[in-house]
Amino acid sequence: MQTTTPQFKENARTALANPQLQQALTKMKVGFVERRAQARAALPEFDALRDQARDIKNHTLEHLDLYLERFEEKVTAAGGHVHWARNAEEARRQVIEICRGVEAKSVTKGKSMISEEIALNGALEEAGFEVVETDLGEYIIQLRKEHPSHIIAPAIHVLKEQVAEDFRAHHIQFDKARPLTEPRQLIAEARQVLRQKYLDSDVGITGANFLIAETGTSVIVTNEGNGDLTQTLPKVHVVIASLEKVVPTLDDASAILRVLARSATGQEFSAYTTFSTGPRRPDDPDGPEQYHVILLDNGRSGMLGTEYQDMLRCIRCGACMNHCPVYGAVGGHAYGWVYPGPMGAVLTPSFIGVDQGGHLPNASTFCGRCAEVCPMRIPLPKMMRHYRAKEYEEGLAPPAMRFGLDLWGFVATKPRLYRLATRIAMGLLGRLGRKRGRFARLPLAEGWTRHRDFPAPEGSTFQDQWDAMGGAR
Amino acid sequence: MTDPSSSFSHADGAPDTSDAAPTVGLFVTCLVDLFRPRIGFAAVKLLEAAGCRVVAPRAQTCCGQPAYNSGDNGHSRRIAAQVIDAFEGVDYLVAPSGSCAGMIRAHYPELFEDDPAMHLRASALASRSYELVSFLTDVRDMPLAAIEARFDGAVTYHDSCSGLRELEIKQQPRRLLSAVEGVRLSELPSAEICCGFGGAFCVKYPDVSNKMVEEKAADIVATGADALLAGDLGCLMNMAGKLKRQGAPTRVYHVAEVLAGMADGPGIGEADIGEAEEDAAPAPADT
Repeated sequence: MQTTTPQFKENARTALANPQLQQALTKMKVGFVERRAQARAALPEFDALRDQARDIKNHTLEHLDLYLERFEEKVTAAGGHVHWARNAEEARRQVIEICRGVEAKSVTKGKSMISEEIALNGALEEAGFEVVETDLGEYIIQLRKEHPSHIIAPAIHVLKEQVAEDFRAHHIQFDKARPLTEPRQLIAEARQVLRQKYLDSDVGITGANFLIAETGTSVIVTNEGNGDLTQTLPKVHVVIASLEKVVPTLDDASAILRVLARSATGQEFSAYTTFSTGPRRPDDPDGPEQYHVILLDNGRSGMLGTEYQDMLRCIRCGACMNHCPVYGAVGGHAYGWVYPGPMGAVLTPSFIGVDQGGHLPNASTFCGRCAEVCPMRIPLPKMMRHYRAKEYEEGLAPPAMRFGLDLWGFVATKPRLYRLATRIAMGLLGRLGRKRGRFARLPLAEGWTRHRDFPAPEGSTFQDQWDAMGGAR
Repeated sequence: MTDPSSSFSHADGAPDTSDAAPTVGLFVTCLVDLFRPRIGFAAVKLLEAAGCRVVAPRAQTCCGQPAYNSGDNGHSRRIAAQVIDAFEGVDYLVAPSGSCAGMIRAHYPELFEDDPAMHLRASALASRSYELVSFLTDVRDMPLAAIEARFDGAVTYHDSCSGLRELEIKQQPRRLLSAVEGVRLSELPSAEICCGFGGAFCVKYPDVSNKMVEEKAADIVATGADALLAGDLGCLMNMAGKLKRQGAPTRVYHVAEVLAGMADGPGIGEADIGEAEEDAAPAPADT
């Protein structure tokens, strides 16, 4: 996917000026947060489960090679195929080859962020396949030719009135006068359109929330059941998943599932949790003839053993963005690549480079709310700070900022000089600001005073006043 | 200052249980030192009321957080080393800021992970460093009767992020405020959501920061409180600056000023004298 991350500031301004988006974000900020809080309150062992989930993933990451090979063995034993993809290009090619191998015409898809990451839809369409997203949110943004703005609610930036307009424009087979004001009318129409697509589909592509090493099973969680239809009805089921989705056992997946939906939507469990192991066996009533898993690296193995390894615990629940005040202000598209919010602030520079993704770890107040709610206890602000340090060390930080830091650092490590300089500066500012107690404009502080007044200092510093009264040192 | 050996008895961070008054080194913080010294004096008054002897080590400037959060670990280490030197002889370091105290408690040891000798010293200082209000309640167990203050009106309280999440400061200021005569607490529903200050963030991403502080200011005004309180001057200057720009009548104080009975003067962003009427309108340019 093309990135606009280097234009984060412009993207943010556009987002802030978009009234529909702001209206949608206002709703989001309340709903997800309240539901997660209720789910957490209803489960006394929630925080203990978070520890357990963290430990499971840490263990897995320490032995990732072992568990991936075990997974491959088990998939193969069940009659499926595992394809190792180093990067997006290899993954796309593997999927296209599988589709061509069965002379597919139509491909249906369950929701997958890996698909976004490797820009699969465009590649499949270019190769001549019809591609249909079946998750309602994904279907909406496919019609709108947009990308997801949230990892579990891809069309959260779209109001239902906009969806109705899109449906009228695309579903020309229906009566023009039909009512489309209620969500259930929109859902019924999407269901009617998609039902035939499932039946016509040759290849069903899904992501995976977990890959289970002991059984060679892939797991997806959905609320619409679209994933089940996508992977059960066509001849071929292709799972696209990244390396770090593997866990050792069914028990491990079950443990992490207990924190996943609660953190994401506040549900105890998603409506559907589907386990797939291999293709249809002779006695099975249904299922695909072929079962393939594309195992994507695309930068993940490079994070192992670094200060960013903890990020590979991420289960993509979206709690970090639901609770992020920056995401809440600008929404997902401003982040400019696949993963928005705090997870994106770490994943984006990890996958496309700090030179491209450097804005994102900077665009945080380090309020810490993301780390507070992360079910996998990922220290997100700490990793963003690592990226800031990397930027600084590589000389990528803006020159004006470097100059300011150098000057401040120079003065702050010389207390006498600091005292003298601050005495003069605060004396001056104090005199200028005394009449009103604040400044509406101030040279060099335009970033502040464009939006708010700048409180004036008292005039003399604490240190000088303390000396004047003979305070103890 | 006390005998340096006395600091070893508290190196584990355990509360001082001896009868002798502990020596508290006041880490004034750069913002309080430069912009609002009266918060520092309020802190001194409260610490003395809690039975402490207060010193203000001379060689302090800043905690280094601006450099640390900008990825400049070199300057961060040099500034941290200066603070560690300056406060080595005191029983406790106390700062009227959760952000600076969090920097010292949570991040100083991280800064010296590759330097065992400094790591030891940083960890020792970290374990006896506290934010003011949590020190008064959690370490000194300050009796509510020792708070002699009056503030007439409804106040609302913003929980600054570092204090809340790095130091678990939530009930402490509310407990002490309950001892202030005349005050009513009207809770802010978004008390735990960042105000958009974030140090350099507010000038690096001014438009995003503005959106955050705009929502915060609207929430503050909606509580109907006469005054906004918090424990960090950075956040307070941000919120006060927005409230003033909007012409909101809400006054803004550091919680220490109210607890010390020193909130009878101008609030943050207000002039010294007789400005009540002018405050109702957005200020024109001063420069």
